[in-house]
Amino acid sequence: MVLGVRGTGEGGDKPPQTGPGSGVDRRRFLGYLLAAPTLAVAAELGLGGGESVAAERGVGTATRAVPSLDITDIVDLNDLLTVAALPTANRITIVVNTDGTVSFALPRAEVGQGITTSTAMLIAEELDVPLEKVKVTLADARPELAFNQFTGASNTTISTFTPVRVAAAVARGRLLEAAAVVLGEAVGDLTLKAGVVTGLLGKSIGIGALAEKAASAEARKVSVTLKERAEFRVIGTPRNRIDALEAVTGRKKFTMDLQVPDALPTMVCRPPTLNGKPGAVANLGAVRAMPGVTHVAAVSTGVAVRARTFGQCIDAVRALQVAWRPGSAEGKSDATVRKELKDAEIWLGLPAVTPSVEATFTFHFRSNSALETNCAIADVRPDRAEIWSGLKSPIVAQQAIAKRVGLPRDKVTVHVTESGGSFGRRLFFDAALEAAEISKEFGKPVKLMWHRADDSRQGRAHPMATSRVRAAYLGNSVLSYKQRHTSVATDLGHGLGEVITAFAAKLPVGDIGFSETFFQLSQSMPYDFGVYSRLLAETDKGFNTGSMRGVYSPDVVCARELIVDRLAEKMGKDPLAFRRDFLRDKRVRAVLDKVAEVGAWGRELPEGVAQGIALHNEYHSVVAVLVELDCRPETVNRPVRDGVAGPRVTRAICAVDAGLAVNPRGLEAQMTGGIMDGIAQTLTASLHLRDGYFLEASWDNYFYSRQWNTPPELKVVVMPPSTEKPGGAGELAVAASAAAVACAYGRATGTMPTSFPINHGTLSFEPKPTVPPVPPSPTDGLDHVR
Amino acid sequence: MPEHTFRVNGEQVTVDAADDERLLWVLRDLLGITGPKYGCGINVCKACTSHLNGKAANPCAIPVKALKPTDEVTTIEGLPDTVGADLHPMQEAWLDQDVAQCGYCQPGQIMAAVALVRRVHEEGREITEADLDGIRNICRCGTYVRIREAIKAGAARM
Repeated sequence: MVLGVRGTGEGGDKPPQTGPGSGVDRRRFLGYLLAAPTLAVAAELGLGGGESVAAERGVGTATRAVPSLDITDIVDLNDLLTVAALPTANRITIVVNTDGTVSFALPRAEVGQGITTSTAMLIAEELDVPLEKVKVTLADARPELAFNQFTGASNTTISTFTPVRVAAAVARGRLLEAAAVVLGEAVGDLTLKAGVVTGLLGKSIGIGALAEKAASAEARKVSVTLKERAEFRVIGTPRNRIDALEAVTGRKKFTMDLQVPDALPTMVCRPPTLNGKPGAVANLGAVRAMPGVTHVAAVSTGVAVRARTFGQCIDAVRALQVAWRPGSAEGKSDATVRKELKDAEIWLGLPAVTPSVEATFTFHFRSNSALETNCAIADVRPDRAEIWSGLKSPIVAQQAIAKRVGLPRDKVTVHVTESGGSFGRRLFFDAALEAAEISKEFGKPVKLMWHRADDSRQGRAHPMATSRVRAAYLGNSVLSYKQRHTSVATDLGHGLGEVITAFAAKLPVGDIGFSETFFQLSQSMPYDFGVYSRLLAETDKGFNTGSMRGVYSPDVVCARELIVDRLAEKMGKDPLAFRRDFLRDKRVRAVLDKVAEVGAWGRELPEGVAQGIALHNEYHSVVAVLVELDCRPETVNRPVRDGVAGPRVTRAICAVDAGLAVNPRGLEAQMTGGIMDGIAQTLTASLHLRDGYFLEASWDNYFYSRQWNTPPELKVVVMPPSTEKPGGAGELAVAASAAAVACAYGRATGTMPTSFPINHGTLSFEPKPTVPPVPPSPTDGLDHVR
Repeated sequence: MPEHTFRVNGEQVTVDAADDERLLWVLRDLLGITGPKYGCGINVCKACTSHLNGKAANPCAIPVKALKPTDEVTTIEGLPDTVGADLHPMQEAWLDQDVAQCGYCQPGQIMAAVALVRRVHEEGREITEADLDGIRNICRCGTYVRIREAIKAGAARM
């Protein structure tokens, strides 16, 4: 146990444990009754965190291999995030309403990953209410939560699993006490089921009728015992999303669907190169006089326009004549950045004296643009401000917005809205900050939306990176494995940074700086490859970067798994058998065996079609993916209008062990989506940098997986729970699937791919102009009605 | 601003808008019908897919002046009424398969799916894998596999 953390907030909020595995004691926690008109209960965020990772993972050593010591066996990024929450001693609150519903404002962001559903399941389980009676909303920014309102690194379920259940259990206990009075029976004779308390004599009362009677006049601590896993009736069962009906009826409200009075459509005319700055505007007056336009003004990122409709905003943006000043990547291209990366690479050491394999892999810029573009509503007044946006780090956003508009933080209300995807984007608050600036400038509420071209060209991207790997071997042993990852700097300035800054000094990694700490904590080494080292070097802060469903893992793991295939080949072993021999973790071996079995590893396939297999462990979870990739010319060259065909994954099998999966159906969905991302990253999806800007301006330029790239056969196997607690899942499948597709490509073509995506060298579209910065909307829609 | 008259979800509407204002913004910004989503504005992502006289159409590429008073625009909000039920069978199939993740593209996906099934049924055949490969609506959450399953299930009930 490295971090010396107890599973408590302050002052021993968890009764002393009598020993490891002591049944009931491990499930006993303290929660709170709150003073409120109806029953309101609370628990400290941070309960249940900080247990040893190594013990939980059953990390051992592969029988035939040289052990590799890895920091993430002891502590990893998720432990850090979970532990960071412990001392803040702040509370989450569940309220029982008189209509029998239960309300909970989740201090996290729902971006499609399904945490409102899984959280409702935790409450339904512990409180014994029907799932549909639990209403989960997203909490406004709560600065007192400090590190604990950050949605990222697949950490939500890990860090909220115990606190949410504790609060629900407190509510359950209090409802039973109130029912005992009403029904005139002892608490022990009552059962609470499906939101109704029933006594021995058959008398019953609903929790809605008890909500006021169970309310407390004063706050006090209450001890509760959580259910055992064997008692679970909701957790671990597949459930549909609680917002599914809203989604399929169009009733689900995203930021741009909100009707905030006088918040008129607003867009920004953006520079032709990355982060260019606006100079003089030649036709300000003429644009201000355009139909529907109410305001036009230069702001820090470009020239903002506000109008009656977004159509009129687009017209105004296209009409503006702006003298642009240079940006932050002026004159740069893929080739110049590759040279910067080469120059920044950390020395790999002297060549091995034994046989070795070595390769350098290049991963190009990728857009993390979601389908909902960057957007926010802002209403900034002289004495206060109100913001609506999909935000994964709302507290940091609130601080930054307050500073930008010159208001005290407590005068800035930040509402977290449901997001149309994230993939790394919503960790940042670029649109919210910009909307606040524009609203202040105009003195009016604004509904700011980035055009797709803005989102693609000026929005954040996964940084271009190289990974150089050298592995030395002799006989049946791998003696050493060294990986030097070199990347354009990843912006971590969204709150996770503060967590790392605050805790880096306590970690057993020495003073290695911010990104390196993050790198070390988020990466892992599942193989016993002898002397092992991984190092990160970063260069060039001139790009708008961020993670994309993982920061380093997809690239680092793809490089590693390709080298593993190469090692297996050199040592004359089957890729599956080789991996089995060198894996240290029995959970990883189990998922690997599962995909090999379900996917019929080694089965006969036509020439030009091959299997690939790869694995990844992170976030206390493990995953393996097996794919079959068809690289035959008739498939690669199949006709697709305005799109990229290329090799097709015809079959994908995924086995995942995310510990205790709260909602296996949601977990399956996350794996499926991760596989689509992995396929895109390896085969088709990238940004091309040229002359200081990205060429891609829309979805007809950027080739994220489409239906014609979707595997006709896809199966996700959720392994039986291997631990008592959930692991992370949101980003998990991307790395293993990207790697499996790359390995299959190598085996199908006989050439190990070293540059990703594999089609990056071919520009598959005609770049759109940069001035004006957004394309006109077509007018021929009626010709395409079908 | 000129007036334009057409039908939306069973009702006649008249709006003041420039001739070339795209239908998407007429629906969203002027009529407050927010089911059709913006995803690109150039008719490539298909997030705004709705129906014009029962066929798939993309309002981001239709100037409002192109609509006749008898033209019937159906958005996801009006889809259930076309079958006189609370939900269209395709929406039910979407729920059964738990297709949606973030949900942003799903109104457009469902409208595209309904139009596709109507088209192949009119051609007297069933949905093929090639039909499904030909759907151009983007889902950045990657729900494509469940979309395919839902369309097959929904088609069987249409």
